[in-house]
Amino acid sequence: MSILVNKNTRVICQGITGSAGAFHCGQMLAYGTKLVGGVTPGKGGTFFESGSFRVPIFNTVKEAVNATGADASVVFVPPPFAADAIMEAADADIRLVVPITEGVPVKDMIVAWRYLQGRNTRMIGPNCPGIITPGECKIGIMPGHIHAPGRIGVLSRSGTLTYEAVGQLSRVGLGQSTAIGIGGDPIIGTRHIDVLKLFHEDPDTDAVIMIGEIGGSNEEEAAAWAKANMKKPIVGFIAGATAPPGRRMGHAGAIISGGQGTAEAKYEAMIAAGIHVVRSPAEMGRKMREILGK
Amino acid sequence: MKIHEYQGKEVLRKLGVPTLQGFVAFTAAEARTAAENLALSTGSPVVVVKSQVHAGGRGKGRIKEHSSADVLAQVLRGEDGVAGKGGVRVVKGADAAEAAAADLLGNTLVTKQTGAHGSKVRKVYVEAGCRIARELYLAILLDRTRAEVLIMASSEGGTEIEEVAAHKPEKILKIWVDPISGLGGWQARELAFGLGMSGKTVNSFAKLLAGLYKAYDATDASMLEINPLIVTEEGECLPLDAKMTFDDNGLFRHPEIVAMRDLDEEDAQEIEASKYDLSYVKLDGEIGCLVNGAGLAMATMDIIKLYGAEPANFLDVGGGANKEKVTAAFKIITADPAVKGILVNIFGGIMKCDVIAEGVLAAVRETGLQVPLVVRLEGTNVDLGKKLLAESGLAVIPADTMADAAEKIVAAVHAYNASLEKARSL
Repeated sequence: MSILVNKNTRVICQGITGSAGAFHCGQMLAYGTKLVGGVTPGKGGTFFESGSFRVPIFNTVKEAVNATGADASVVFVPPPFAADAIMEAADADIRLVVPITEGVPVKDMIVAWRYLQGRNTRMIGPNCPGIITPGECKIGIMPGHIHAPGRIGVLSRSGTLTYEAVGQLSRVGLGQSTAIGIGGDPIIGTRHIDVLKLFHEDPDTDAVIMIGEIGGSNEEEAAAWAKANMKKPIVGFIAGATAPPGRRMGHAGAIISGGQGTAEAKYEAMIAAGIHVVRSPAEMGRKMREILGK
Repeated sequence: MKIHEYQGKEVLRKLGVPTLQGFVAFTAAEARTAAENLALSTGSPVVVVKSQVHAGGRGKGRIKEHSSADVLAQVLRGEDGVAGKGGVRVVKGADAAEAAAADLLGNTLVTKQTGAHGSKVRKVYVEAGCRIARELYLAILLDRTRAEVLIMASSEGGTEIEEVAAHKPEKILKIWVDPISGLGGWQARELAFGLGMSGKTVNSFAKLLAGLYKAYDATDASMLEINPLIVTEEGECLPLDAKMTFDDNGLFRHPEIVAMRDLDEEDAQEIEASKYDLSYVKLDGEIGCLVNGAGLAMATMDIIKLYGAEPANFLDVGGGANKEKVTAAFKIITADPAVKGILVNIFGGIMKCDVIAEGVLAAVRETGLQVPLVVRLEGTNVDLGKKLLAESGLAVIPADTMADAAEKIVAAVHAYNASLEKARSL
């Protein structure tokens, strides 16, 4: 078991013929993901080929869904058209849309976010590494080989810091149920609290590493929920304790503005919720091992 | 991206928002001409000479060259009633406008937001004076939690909104704009009445707010702050200041906004980094960092601090870094004279460790290495990467984990600083 994706997830890629889309679709297929189709307007009827894999390309998401029974979509469409692609996936009733695209204008995301309300589509991202259930399904750009099947949920905004956590878990002999990077933008489809709820309900997740970063208040919101609802242990780390206020730290959403969104405030919320916080990013795996060893 | 007040008002004016008349001046003589022209068109000799820098708190700021250390310390603490003249001056007549501009231009303005180093005043905005009955606060920005645009208003104009939020939160009125319907007329009136307006002022405010929201929406702004928004003695609402920040991700749609970028207001190394699509932020410490990924880059800064030193920068080389990018990143880091050591922390995913190692070695060979360098590689092709570093014959200190890397670079920098001390004392 796992959350959101598993060996039965049927995935299409919007933007499969672009360079990033093509490269990562090859990687996903090689990992074993059931990538059943691609969408590039105007290239319907052709095929995407990678090694021994041959995947049909469609003009629209609806066509792709009708032909393949896909229930998830990974989006590599360039920023100006990404919000449109997300809404197209939702209109085709795709269950999970994962926009990897970095640089989508906030104004576009406000509209896309609103469009998804009340529909059946969950969005992970944008500006995210994606989601992986080790050994079953990889949707995104993370290196599959560092992951191992297991019972720890990993949740973070960023890519490489998620890999760091996964790497540390592997080093202490702990595999992952599912690892998710929810994205570094100010407006994202799935927040920390949403992922915690899913891990909470997943019988095959024993504990969670939750990584946050400066900016916004998603971590505080998740911590408050965990305090009231979650029994499974959580190890928490917040990146950006040394970040100066008012400066954007790489991610569009990583900014302390008006004194809001500091690492300290997030740590305080996590500690108040009984989350096992580590101040050093090198301690995430070791801390988890220590807690589970008790 | 930020722009100056005079540019912000230009944007507003183009979209039909009423503003006071004003001219930007790069010299005192230009300021004089501006004041003369304003007097002719308004019939009043009163003008306001305003320093144009990318920082708030200009009125309460002080000129570094003319102020004592005590005064500057008071400014940085945000105190009121500090001695001396600020970065915004109300003057009467062209002579006084010229003198005020001469006093500001070429000097350094220190405000609570600029920090101690201050910001050089390269231009002033000379604006018509007006009779102010009330000063209000207005801001349009993103509410991340609701994923909607938030409009905040307060009767406490001229004060920093953070202070109002901390001490008088009930004084802040909020409305949220539905992305489908846009700003409702009733919402604007609700704010106007909430701010205690009546009569024709309500309509003036509603009209102004509609224009401001339109400007925010049409330009992909991420913040539009009007502090103060004034009500004149005639009951008209006007933006006396205009601070606009834009969503960098939306700039591709607005070449006219991009053209307003003022490189003088940005750090030279940050400008250089942006040419190579590197995400770089200059900090005050002594250990330079080169990392892939924003989250890991922040975490690397944090762990340096935990091991007793301070990071000199944030630098994310991005997911698709190649040899050229790594070399450029290296040059930018080493161009900072405060850097006494470098920590490279790479978690190779799609990006392979051996490629990074080659990039680091090429950069070191090209730029030379004056300070200690610790390289931590993890992930794809890590063994190959480590082997390349070990066999390079260069003084690269390898590290296995983040903790190991932080410990090694901090120790190496302490030893390096000690050796410099010793050399100096000889």
